[in-house]
Amino acid sequence: MTAVHSVSPRRVTPDRTGLLLLIFLVTSALLLVSHNRDLLGTLGSLGTLLQNPIVEAIVVSLFLANVLFAYLWRAAPWAKALVGLGSLLLILPWAGQEDTSLLDLSIQIMIFAALALGLNIVVGLAGLLDLGYVAFFAVGAYTWGIFASPRFAEILRYYGENPGATNAGTLALGLFLTAVTAASMVAINRHHRRVPPTRASSWSFGLASLGLVAGLILTARALLVLNAFRAEGLATGIDPNFFWLFLALSILAAAIVGVLIGLPVLRLKGDYLAIITLGLGEVIRVLANNLDLYSAGSQGITPIKSASVGWFDTLAARLGFAEDQYGLLFLYALSLLMVALILIVNVRLDRSRIGRAWIAIRDDEVAAQAMGVPLVQTKLIAFATGASFAGVMGMIFAAKQTFVSPESFNLFQSIGVLSMVILGGMGSFPGVILGAAVVTLLNLRILPGLGEATAGLSWIPQQANPGQLQRLIFGAILVAMMLLRPEGLLPSRRRTLELHHEDNQEDDSAKGTGPALTSGGGDVYSPGLETRREDEPAGGSK
Amino acid sequence: MDLATLLPFLVNVIAGGLVLGFVYAIIALGYTMVYGVLQLINFAHSEVFVTGAVVGFEVFRVLTPSPMNGYLKLLIALLAAMLISGTLNVLIERLAYRPLRNAPKLVPLITAIGVSLILQDVLRLIEGFQGRFDLTYTLPEGFSGKFCGEGSSCVALGNTLRTIGLDLQLKDVILIAVSLLSLGVLNYLVNRTRLGKAIRAVAQDRVTAGLMGIDSNRMISATFLIGGALGGISGVLFGMKFGTVNAYSGFDPGIIAFTAAVLGGIGSIPGAVLGGLTLGVIQNLIGVTNIFGGLLGIANLEAIDASYQRIGAFIVLVLILIFKPTGLLGKSNVEKV
Repeated sequence: MTAVHSVSPRRVTPDRTGLLLLIFLVTSALLLVSHNRDLLGTLGSLGTLLQNPIVEAIVVSLFLANVLFAYLWRAAPWAKALVGLGSLLLILPWAGQEDTSLLDLSIQIMIFAALALGLNIVVGLAGLLDLGYVAFFAVGAYTWGIFASPRFAEILRYYGENPGATNAGTLALGLFLTAVTAASMVAINRHHRRVPPTRASSWSFGLASLGLVAGLILTARALLVLNAFRAEGLATGIDPNFFWLFLALSILAAAIVGVLIGLPVLRLKGDYLAIITLGLGEVIRVLANNLDLYSAGSQGITPIKSASVGWFDTLAARLGFAEDQYGLLFLYALSLLMVALILIVNVRLDRSRIGRAWIAIRDDEVAAQAMGVPLVQTKLIAFATGASFAGVMGMIFAAKQTFVSPESFNLFQSIGVLSMVILGGMGSFPGVILGAAVVTLLNLRILPGLGEATAGLSWIPQQANPGQLQRLIFGAILVAMMLLRPEGLLPSRRRTLELHHEDNQEDDSAKGTGPALTSGGGDVYSPGLETRREDEPAGGSK
Repeated sequence: MDLATLLPFLVNVIAGGLVLGFVYAIIALGYTMVYGVLQLINFAHSEVFVTGAVVGFEVFRVLTPSPMNGYLKLLIALLAAMLISGTLNVLIERLAYRPLRNAPKLVPLITAIGVSLILQDVLRLIEGFQGRFDLTYTLPEGFSGKFCGEGSSCVALGNTLRTIGLDLQLKDVILIAVSLLSLGVLNYLVNRTRLGKAIRAVAQDRVTAGLMGIDSNRMISATFLIGGALGGISGVLFGMKFGTVNAYSGFDPGIIAFTAAVLGGIGSIPGAVLGGLTLGVIQNLIGVTNIFGGLLGIANLEAIDASYQRIGAFIVLVLILIFKPTGLLGKSNVEKV
């Protein structure tokens, strides 16, 4: 170990395979021991120390740091794979078997990691400041929440009692309206490709989209009325076997809401977009708070069924998990899979045509447009992609909590996710995941642990207990991070170039594109455009 | 209810909305001034404004037993709040925003959110040490009443207002007067003085202003001082209007006020006032939509109550921004590549 430490990390990074494995073994052992109540009892004073909330929080953080080390350090690939997969697939579920809260925490971290990855596309890649991102999360959560709880039966019962004029005729009208408006929208869109849009054609497009919304509402309402007789059979929600269908539906629903919100507002720029997304996020929260029939208002929907997948339950039983842990273990595995998928999608998108189009728009909208990037379409794809990630995670969140209420979807959540993205390093995927892990650990484990550990100390007055100063500590960390390391914990290479623009200037002018710019990846970045943003005149004038 | 009673009711709702709107307008000015100069959404402004409200509360609390004239107490409260909030705002700028002057826009935005979180807990800590959390304003004698007994002008004004059917409290009238006065002063300061000219120059183009010999850092500090002082005033007014504040109560009005600033065209001072007044009136109208629904017999309207107020504000914002993307009074800037 000493030999490894004596080498300066500045020079060629040493091979740290041994150290990585050592740390993996030590932290895994610590995690397993510290979450085994029976074993702790026999350990005496060491056991008490390990049960200290702050020590426990540190143990969990150190364990999760393993995965980070496996990513960052230069080591043999088999060791990296062993540490990464071993930590996430073996040790964490194993420790979670003893302490379910650990699984819960890991799911929470992964939920936020996926949210941060989604927001990273919107903010980090496409440069659209979205302060209402958590709305899409809410859409996903409520999609599952309404159908997998007694709520759905309530809605059906309501429509059974108040059918209005709705019957099969309305259904036919709704379907007809939907089909006609959708067809005309497609037709107008095709027409626009050949001839530039006129005022009349864009108005008729808007009218058709309104008609589409009306048609969909009519259809949905008619379906609800026609199915009202099923209310009794659905008293506890739908069959959990529909989980996979609803996984797809929640993705779709969030993406559609993303497009619906995005369509009218994406013409706006910068802070106007920020405030309007914030507003629409709030609108969705207030609607959830007030549409008592659908969302049970501020009381929230409960109980929501957790996921139940037959073959997985048998697997969990074989592995020795208790019956009440099946759902959580399944969600753990599912969210792990989802984060992996989202990460792959992200990496592929980033290197694709559309990814480069996003970055072009972020760097200079007008120039990108001039180069033939379709602005609205590209932005909408970013919005919908980010939203769909949030949607799927919202569903996992609802299944995990078995409870959703508007409180979980307030502005602070959006800001929290944004701070994860920026803290981790905007535009950098591993950075964003790290940011999510750090912020979630801070908020759920370290700060509460700190508060709990110091609650008994007499020299800290009750009012100044760190447990009550979570906002202050979190705020201070945000400010300090931004002042000391504005590019984030694991900055993306492009971002670093932007922030240290002056340092790279000489290389550029001397050699066209300096070696730092062309090494690896093959991304083309033109720092010359960036200066425009700084001395851009104010949005309005006084 | 027939038209003869409905009309005065409507007028009163609008008047109440205007009173609320003036509070929003003055908060919105704090946002818009900072935005105009730095293009930064100063999320910490809502806490700066709550600081003003807390200072106002403390001044009123300390001065309650003294036989001093109520207006003098108000003046002291306003001055103290202006001073403390202004200083606080300057300090925030100095410590948290200035080092990030050339960073990308999102970085100071996150810092602002961080500062706002810090300030919330610091405020709660300070008040918590004295065992207070929800601060209930005790206003000087007569402020909450319909109209003050002493002073003939006051009564005359009251009579006039009553004849035209306006049901306002004295504190509402004071609120409007103070808002108008501070608007006038601000307008003079920005449009007529050398300082204002320099601030406008920095807002337009910091680099060129620097070449003309304007110390942009000093002007930005001055902007934050003025914005913070306005925040202090609005805090005291907010406390007077609503009666209670706590460390976290800046969030809601802060969001609405920022919406107002955007609605009017962010960076524009008349725009902020117009946006604030619009939102205030709209909020008050939505608050009574259920009454109109009842009157007109529209069941769906009856379900809309005060909890929809914020939705209304945002929907108006969305609609206006769709048709006028730079806000009501914002000027669109032509972009060149």
